[in-house]
Amino acid sequence: MRELWQYTKLIRSKNAGPFELTFDIMFKDEDCFREVLTSGKLSAELIAQLYKVDLKQVRFFVIESLLTVKVSIPRPVFSGDVDDTDVYGGQFHGPLVRLPVETG
Amino acid sequence: MKKIRALAATGNLSTGFREETLVRAVQQGAHFIGCDAGTTDSGPYYLGSGKPRGPREGSKRNLRIMIREALKAGIPVIVGSAGHAGGTPHLNWTLEIVRELARENAWHFKLAAIDSEIPKELLLGAFLAGRIAPLCPAPELQELSIRQAERFVAMMGIEPIQSALNSGAQVVVAGRCSDVAIYAALPVVEGIPKSIAFHAGKILECGSAAVAQRFYPDCMAAELDQDGFTVEPPNPAFRCTPQSVAAHTLYENADPYHLVESGGVVDTTAAKYEAISDRAVRVSGAHFIPAEKYTVRIEGAALAGYRSIVVAGIRDPLVLRQLDKFLTGLRSVVERKIEDSLKLSRLAYTLQFRVYGSNGSLGQAEPCPQVEGHEVGLIIDVVASSQSLAADILPIVWHTGLHHPIPEQEGLASNFAFPFSPPGADMGPVYRFCANHVWQLDDPCEPFRMTIENL
Repeated sequence: MRELWQYTKLIRSKNAGPFELTFDIMFKDEDCFREVLTSGKLSAELIAQLYKVDLKQVRFFVIESLLTVKVSIPRPVFSGDVDDTDVYGGQFHGPLVRLPVETG
Repeated sequence: MKKIRALAATGNLSTGFREETLVRAVQQGAHFIGCDAGTTDSGPYYLGSGKPRGPREGSKRNLRIMIREALKAGIPVIVGSAGHAGGTPHLNWTLEIVRELARENAWHFKLAAIDSEIPKELLLGAFLAGRIAPLCPAPELQELSIRQAERFVAMMGIEPIQSALNSGAQVVVAGRCSDVAIYAALPVVEGIPKSIAFHAGKILECGSAAVAQRFYPDCMAAELDQDGFTVEPPNPAFRCTPQSVAAHTLYENADPYHLVESGGVVDTTAAKYEAISDRAVRVSGAHFIPAEKYTVRIEGAALAGYRSIVVAGIRDPLVLRQLDKFLTGLRSVVERKIEDSLKLSRLAYTLQFRVYGSNGSLGQAEPCPQVEGHEVGLIIDVVASSQSLAADILPIVWHTGLHHPIPEQEGLASNFAFPFSPPGADMGPVYRFCANHVWQLDDPCEPFRMTIENL
């Protein structure tokens, strides 16, 4: 069993404006990209469940040419609001880093 | 065939660049120097308070080099989102630096200032006329919330900048402005298709961020023509690869293929990125889909209260193993105390326990909030309607918390480790973004006010 970070060169999150968060998961090479996508572990459903957002609000992009998966969700709390915890949205990717990836 | 060479000084005016890189890039024949100075990334404070993010000396150094080289070469300088948030005070702060530089260096040039702060009456008129529409997601905007908000700005597209350039301005300082528009305005005037000018603008807007390995912030340059553009970092130590350039379209953007700008959408689905040397990349194939109606985004910030905080560590394993219960119990005791001593209902302020070591970074979105380490960091965070009220509530919370008991303790214990004396600080006003809306305009320049000064 390997974890998501072992397949990637960068996993990051960031604000896409103050009202949305975007995650970029950039894979090391084509094998890593295919393996993770085939495993089905990294999916819109996973993001919806992990970040407690409605599945319909998850935008999930598979960008073959860049060996990248990009996911965007509405911010649970708008940037800088009284109860915000991460103004830049730079640490929201944390729970994805050690995601277990099962491969056959 | 006409070629336009666009130069981005750096990703943000406050960040800086290497002087020798900018000098070289201008000597290589740049047609203009652009620089973005703002963002909403650092939250609503700057827009709300009217304060620039600075640093003043750093911004002045960067402007000095940019304007000096531009005057020598006879090309314009375009600064967008002045002073970080692009409101009137932010614009004035930047203009003052430019005037100071002109005085100090005996420079003479035409300065255009474009104010993007929206007078409330103008915005209310547009709101009541049904010309303001929410994006998704957006805070609810109402007549009252417009009246109560601190400040609104509209994000200009290319047109107001073009109008400033057409008036002969050599230095254009724009209020809130699309990053892309800074770099697309002049090329579009010169006949470069919008699909190419806007796509190049997106790649240039973060300066050297689109290189393969960015060792430090620096300039970026692109040459645009009728068929595409070539991006090449002017610093010989940097290089662009098709991957590094294409990957930059992902950055801070919710949709990797559709870049929404005033006046239309840049669709990069069919874009091609080809290496033409080991440092330069040729980009082509984006499409520009004109919008049916011309809209500009509006941003607003409203006062949410005043904050006071205390920082404490908790190391006792008996407290840590029941931390949730400890803090819930503490909360109910202090709510009662605040009501008794300050006559304040718990609805009149917010009290948050931010627990680092549990869910400090992600809050309610944290999937693993259980405490696993041997200590946690706690921020007691109070927001109330005035600074003095927040400062009055805070000691009630931290002092009660210090001695709040757990069942395993008999006698008076001290359950917080305060690193500082005094343990806390007043943080000043707290703002929140109160608009994520678009404003439909008949004239793209309508809400933007340009003034020209001969320095």
